[in-house]
Amino acid sequence: MTEYIVHHLHHLRWPREDGFWTLNIDTLFFTFVLSALFCLLFIGTARRAKVENPGKLQSFIEMVVVFVDGLVKETFHGTSKLIAPLAVTIFGLVFLFNFLDMLPVDMLPAAGHAAGLKYLRIVPTADLSTTLGMALCVFLLIQYFGLKHKGPKVFFGEMVSAPFHAHGLGAKIALAPANLLLRLIEEAVRPVSLSLRLFGNMYAGELIFILIAVMTLDATLSHFSTYLLGFGQFIAGFLWTAFHILVITLQAFIFMMLSVVYLSMAAERH
Amino acid sequence: MIPNITFVIQGLAFFAVVWLVMKFGWPHIMAAIEERQQKIAEGLAAADRAKAELKDADARVADEIKKARAQAAEIVDKAHQQANQIVDKAKADALLEAARVKATAQTEIDGMVGKAREALRGQVASLAVQGASKIIGKEINADAHKALLDQLVAEI
Repeated sequence: MTEYIVHHLHHLRWPREDGFWTLNIDTLFFTFVLSALFCLLFIGTARRAKVENPGKLQSFIEMVVVFVDGLVKETFHGTSKLIAPLAVTIFGLVFLFNFLDMLPVDMLPAAGHAAGLKYLRIVPTADLSTTLGMALCVFLLIQYFGLKHKGPKVFFGEMVSAPFHAHGLGAKIALAPANLLLRLIEEAVRPVSLSLRLFGNMYAGELIFILIAVMTLDATLSHFSTYLLGFGQFIAGFLWTAFHILVITLQAFIFMMLSVVYLSMAAERH
Repeated sequence: MIPNITFVIQGLAFFAVVWLVMKFGWPHIMAAIEERQQKIAEGLAAADRAKAELKDADARVADEIKKARAQAAEIVDKAHQQANQIVDKAKADALLEAARVKATAQTEIDGMVGKAREALRGQVASLAVQGASKIIGKEINADAHKALLDQLVAEI
């Protein structure tokens, strides 16, 4: 049983099994496939967008776009070409990544095993590398946004003069280290919380699916307990999958919304 | 669980998708949405305008009908007047004609009466002479009794 769980939580890695300098091939593969799918759907539909009589796919994408655009306009009061497309991309990508969790937990790993792959984890957002990569991207964009909208003088000035405001040169110098420390913590916490929240939710969700799958692990048809546990597994699997639909959507939304809020805050003066 | 160098590639891939969407997806879809919104707004405005125009036209039509009715009534009035005038004139003409005919007839009658009287007078004179001759038994000299005869004729 332990072996089954550990096996399911192991990435397909190259060139080594452990350490920092290695790549999670399974994560990269599904990321690229889903990113390509997202680009194809979104950009393909956008380029063929009709003003009159839009198709069903276009209507769906427009619905999402208008929804996200409304949220961004409510939160961010400046003009930015980046922030709304960024939000749509985050929502779409994270939702698609999360959605792989809806597939039966053994389906693709078993297929991979049959194809000769020793390990396979299919949910990219259940890999901390993915969420951290995205969160760091957002972090860099926050810094770029701050610099662009405030100018270097205000941007760097605020680092040492907020949140504790001081009057007089001596007090300012005295408070600068505290301000700088708080600012560094504030900035560092954002990518960490963004990435860990999404990763934690998806990892835990995957783990629960694995635990539900364990209920009938190594079961035989001659045992009475198999039928009882099989029924329990069906009910538990159904309930957790239904609940997980909510979780994957909510987590995608939270990641998007927090990114928009952080970027809006970065553009505003304290 | 511990992240490895994969996160760099994941970050770059994410950034690439964001850039693609921002550059090639978002503007097109936004343009389509905004154009449609504008078209809908224009359509609604056009409908409002058409409604107002229809109302205007209705008012104009009602006005025209009213005017036409008044005109028709006026024409009928005039026709009545004219008819009356024509009848009156015909009456007067007829009366005049009648009077003229009557006068002509009267003159003719008067002439014929005069002629008849003259003729009768001549005959009365000759009859009187013949009668008198028979009574007296001798020829009356017409010339000798001319004055007497004339007086007789005048008396009849």
